[in-house]
Amino acid sequence: MKKRSYDSIVIGGGSAGLAAAAEIAGRGYHVAVIERELTLGGILNQCIHNGFGLHYFKEELTGPEYAERMIDMTAHLPGIDFFLDSAVLEVKGPRGGEPRSGAENAEGPLHNGGLVVYGISKHEGITEFTASSIVLAMGCRERNRGNIGIPGTRPAGVFTAGLAQRLVNIDGYVPGKDVVIVGSGDIGLIMARRMTWVGARVHGVVEIQPYPSGLTRNIAQCLNDFNIPLYLSHVVSEIHGSRRVEGVTIMPIEDRHEQSAKSFRLDCDTLLLSVGLVPDNELSRRLGVVLNPETGGPYVDASLMTSVPGVFACGNVLHVHDLVDWVTEESTRCGGNVCDYLAGGKTPWQGAVAAGANVKYVLPNRYAPSRKNVFYLRTLVVKNRALLRATIGGRTLLERRLPHVQPSEMVTFTLGPDAFNGAHGTAGQGGLADGRLEVSIE
Amino acid sequence: MAARSLVCISCPIGCRLTVTEDPPGTITVTGNQCARGEVYGREEMLAPKRVVTATVLTDSGEVRRLPVKTTAPLPKELINGLLSALYRMRLPLPVRCGQVILHDVEGSGVDLVATRSAE
Repeated sequence: MKKRSYDSIVIGGGSAGLAAAAEIAGRGYHVAVIERELTLGGILNQCIHNGFGLHYFKEELTGPEYAERMIDMTAHLPGIDFFLDSAVLEVKGPRGGEPRSGAENAEGPLHNGGLVVYGISKHEGITEFTASSIVLAMGCRERNRGNIGIPGTRPAGVFTAGLAQRLVNIDGYVPGKDVVIVGSGDIGLIMARRMTWVGARVHGVVEIQPYPSGLTRNIAQCLNDFNIPLYLSHVVSEIHGSRRVEGVTIMPIEDRHEQSAKSFRLDCDTLLLSVGLVPDNELSRRLGVVLNPETGGPYVDASLMTSVPGVFACGNVLHVHDLVDWVTEESTRCGGNVCDYLAGGKTPWQGAVAAGANVKYVLPNRYAPSRKNVFYLRTLVVKNRALLRATIGGRTLLERRLPHVQPSEMVTFTLGPDAFNGAHGTAGQGGLADGRLEVSIE
Repeated sequence: MAARSLVCISCPIGCRLTVTEDPPGTITVTGNQCARGEVYGREEMLAPKRVVTATVLTDSGEVRRLPVKTTAPLPKELINGLLSALYRMRLPLPVRCGQVILHDVEGSGVDLVATRSAE
């Protein structure tokens, strides 16, 4: 077995892993990026449509163009090694895989290469990587038929939308000719146009909610342009066919009740599922990283470090982002935090962050009042002129009026040391327990 | 007076536009938050255009399909012709990201370029 040692190991060479690795290598550390595919760039490579990079690169790019820019900014850096076509089998924590609770971690970092990653590839066999830090950047995966429980037979022709996207855009196979799509998320909408442009007929998009979950512009340019019907408040209640999908039954939902008498059938040979993404944390779970049920990703402190000391997380493995631009921002910041950790900086005091009214989650789960804190928040409500409020013990640190909020659009805000001055004055008088930062949308 | 409600597709914000033509020949766009919205609303009324993104078969076994895009929105009526032409192509590699694959598609002034490099 080959053995290699690094300051940091980044698991995943997509947009998150590349941004984190670039920052770590850029500050002089020795970093390995382990990527399962033959190419870097992750899921961006199959997202050939445009709409990426408006915030980060200030221009509209396609997914592959965004990926290539990230690769160009990263690959030439000294001190960075890429292991492509290589899978991570296991990650082990310090002390024989018995992670300490990281929530109260105030101890110095481990500089004994206390973390171990086992990777496997065709050309190298099994490799044991040791490192002082790890960045989890494995991204997310799609929910599938099992997650939404569609009854019926189990014929060929049922794909997740992202898998179909890969088949069409990377491998060059068209998975079917007559298509129905479940879920109106952006991937499903983009695939409705893509399948139409490669010669298939898309017979409808079925959405359980009374409103579409993808961007309005994608409804316009991916469905309306091709007269593809959008069935809101409908579900696919049965899949028909024995060897291959032959059709689906579509049933309306009225006042939360299934209206089976009003159901109808659409003939099709292919069903694409675009029903949500979940952070891919199998490796993290086995390592003992504590996961947050609200995000599906790890709990992280103000430096994006998980409950296992030295193990950080960023990008879609932490929480599913709606724009890759935010993934790049978060992951670059994460890479910087890894460098601070490697440099042995003292961990500053941190307080807890809590989701208040109408907030599904706020990340990170802790804040450091002595530093600049960037927060990402997802709401539970659709609301115009919403008020974002951050408080500690009844004192308001931030109030901001937002023109429009909805669950599919992440909200971001920043709190620096200035904001905490005064509000945090109680800390010195033994009031640390009151230092909980609560964020709400009203 | 003709008034149409549109959703601007220029960026992810998706402004709701109202486009009116009054008197005939004079088009007014409201609801847009930037200049791109005004251009989109006007063009959507007169001659709708779309950016096309697709893939082209290559002569390589490793990168089988190369992603491509139009450098600007293309008149809608030219899209199907472009797609048919693309799906008949077989592109020799190497190609650099941004390299022109088709120049001046159907006299539209719009080029088709590669959106990734491949060897």
